Amino acid sequence: MSSDSDDELIETTSDVIPASTKASPTPEKEIELPKFEKGLADKIVEKFGTRIKVAFVKHDRIRIDVGRDDVKEVATFLRDVLNFDHAESVSGVDYPQDKEIEVVYHLGSYTDSSLSRQILVLATRAQREENPIPGNDATKLPSLREIFYSVEFHEREIFEMFGVYFQGHPDNRRLLLPEDWADLPPLRKDFAIKGR
Amino acid sequence: MLKDLITPQNANVFVGKLGDILEQAIDKPLGYAINWGRIWSLWPVHIETACCSVEFGAASSPRYDVERFGIIEAFGSLRQCDLIVVQGTITRKMAPRLRLVYDQMPEPKYVIAMGACAITGGLYFDSYNVLPGIDGVLPVDVYVPGCPPRPETLIQGCMLLQEKIKRMKARKFV
Amino acid sequence: MNNELPPGLALQKVDERIMTLNVGPQHPGSGHMRIIVQIDGDFIVACDPDPGYVHRGEEKMAEYRNYITNIPHLERPVIHDSCNILYPYVLGVEELLGIEVPERAKYIRVIASELNRCVYTMYWLAIYGIFLGHSTMFMWPAGDRELLIDLLEKMTGARVTHAHFVPGGVRNDLPPNFEDVCLRQVNYFEKRIKEYAAIFYDNPILIARTANTGVLSRQDAIRLGTTGSVLRASGVDYDLRKKEPYDVYDELDVHSNVMKEGDSYARSKIPWLDMLESCNIIRQALQKMPKSGSVRVKLKPNPKGKGLDSVYKRVESGRGSLGCYIVSDGKPEPYRLKLSVGSFRNLIALPYLLKGEKLGNMPAVYWSLNYWPVEADR
Repeated sequence: MSSDSDDELIETTSDVIPASTKASPTPEKEIELPKFEKGLADKIVEKFGTRIKVAFVKHDRIRIDVGRDDVKEVATFLRDVLNFDHAESVSGVDYPQDKEIEVVYHLGSYTDSSLSRQILVLATRAQREENPIPGNDATKLPSLREIFYSVEFHEREIFEMFGVYFQGHPDNRRLLLPEDWADLPPLRKDFAIKGR
Repeated sequence: MLKDLITPQNANVFVGKLGDILEQAIDKPLGYAINWGRIWSLWPVHIETACCSVEFGAASSPRYDVERFGIIEAFGSLRQCDLIVVQGTITRKMAPRLRLVYDQMPEPKYVIAMGACAITGGLYFDSYNVLPGIDGVLPVDVYVPGCPPRPETLIQGCMLLQEKIKRMKARKFV
Repeated sequence: MNNELPPGLALQKVDERIMTLNVGPQHPGSGHMRIIVQIDGDFIVACDPDPGYVHRGEEKMAEYRNYITNIPHLERPVIHDSCNILYPYVLGVEELLGIEVPERAKYIRVIASELNRCVYTMYWLAIYGIFLGHSTMFMWPAGDRELLIDLLEKMTGARVTHAHFVPGGVRNDLPPNFEDVCLRQVNYFEKRIKEYAAIFYDNPILIARTANTGVLSRQDAIRLGTTGSVLRASGVDYDLRKKEPYDVYDELDVHSNVMKEGDSYARSKIPWLDMLESCNIIRQALQKMPKSGSVRVKLKPNPKGKGLDSVYKRVESGRGSLGCYIVSDGKPEPYRLKLSVGSFRNLIALPYLLKGEKLGNMPAVYWSLNYWPVEADR
């Protein structure tokens, strides 16, 4: 396994040399950040300072990490000032080694045409329990349903798949799983599927 | 006399018994005719369980036209149906509903398992929410392999079922 | 934008006026899902969609398979739109690995994606016809879509599950003489679907059934985060092929169709207009495509990402924006994969649309959402 040279990703037997091998921006070098995205990220940093962390600024994608107490305030600011008006997707990611479950909101905008290419990634983390009791343990986050209506079903899905209870969500019922599901929430990393 | 015996409460039982007696009596001489009637009116229940329903729908399209074989796309009540085509994956949420549908159908009834998922679980053999085949839920008559099966394969499966019914005793349903 | 929660969406207490009905999963007008509706007389008071009958755990399975072996099972949620559901995944993996795709492969992808969009939309239209009791509208699209399936079969080798897009390009080059056959079939197909206007879209019975039912206002469409034809039928001009062009869509002239009404009729007409637009795009792509060249960058077996990284890519599928969020931790398998599908996002609008409608209009409103239950459940 380790004999593979990991950095050489592409077989050289191909007759076409891909453009990325000629001028691939290596992460060590200083990359010029895209201007518009940088401006947006600066606006958020200006408002919230050290309470948020800008994880990356790429073309059309900005990622902001927020603590769970500030997520509602930041989301309200994103909606009212920066004109992000809907959530495209809400995903959960389980990090057992950090004892945290991350919930990632991908926000977009239909009304502001300058933002139509942009996806703002708003990430926050909830405490992870070793033995989860969905709804009755410390794995809780404030719901963004009042700010972005479109997260309604997505948050219900996260609740059953990861056991993250959303406080303030009017309808924290099961959505996709069978009614008699009594196992761990299936997308947690400690839930192993059969034969694997 | 007979009027006193048959009340509205037990009328159904009497009719059912009468049917049994009639069938027993005419099984030997008319069994072939009964089966002939059955094989040309296999009406499937309208229950879709997964993505094979796309190819099930395509089988009714003008190019394949499965109605030639007496197997028509049913949009009626399941009480008038005698075939259930399990179109693909059966999840843990769907399985009790599928059995409920099957139990409500009148005899005779036949089952076609369409697609790899309905046979063994197929691509989803290690998924947490998928049954490894429907054998534990329904008694299957014909397996139609493929992922998804082409409409031709489904038509061939239906013809196999017709062959099977032809050789069945009319009295014995399952 | 008002911040109050819309009232009356939750199911109400049953009294002698209000009756609860379960529509589905065995119901001609429901597909693979159950819709719990509460009716007062003939009018729907509340509605609670209950999806999940085809939840197969794709996202969990993806964490156990490497980037290449994920391809076949990820296209199963929408087997009749399989190129488009793989598109964001493939784009995401390419960005994670840092691969540049050959120019010809990009054009082949566009052609396959547009053909597949038509195949999907024709199936959707056929079912919409039969939902409204219009049997001819089942037979015509179901027959005409076989033309394009033939083209895709010639191109990829499979009838519906193509698995044609791979990280680095497409699996095979086009077969010889494909361009001419494609052009001929697409021209015939365009002529055919223009006839649908006379039988279906200008049909007074259809207009009476669908116009002014299930009206979704522009503000609600934005607020609920709907996408694709539902969003564009409500007057929001948002088509990712134009707004965030991926691959070579920025070199093609794409026109996005918008209607202002926001009712079921508009929602059913937008996909049909999109099919006409797809024919235009295919013709342009056939013309601009490089005539020869490589179609695939060969990867090493078991490609892996470069450390902890995440990528969110989206494309415009037959049901609207289709996003794929991949988190990689440098292993050959994705750490987490999330499909954000148009059907699931449009489902949120169903309770809003059905409230106050007649029960008989339910299939017309439900299927006009361009909804495919298998995809929504994943």
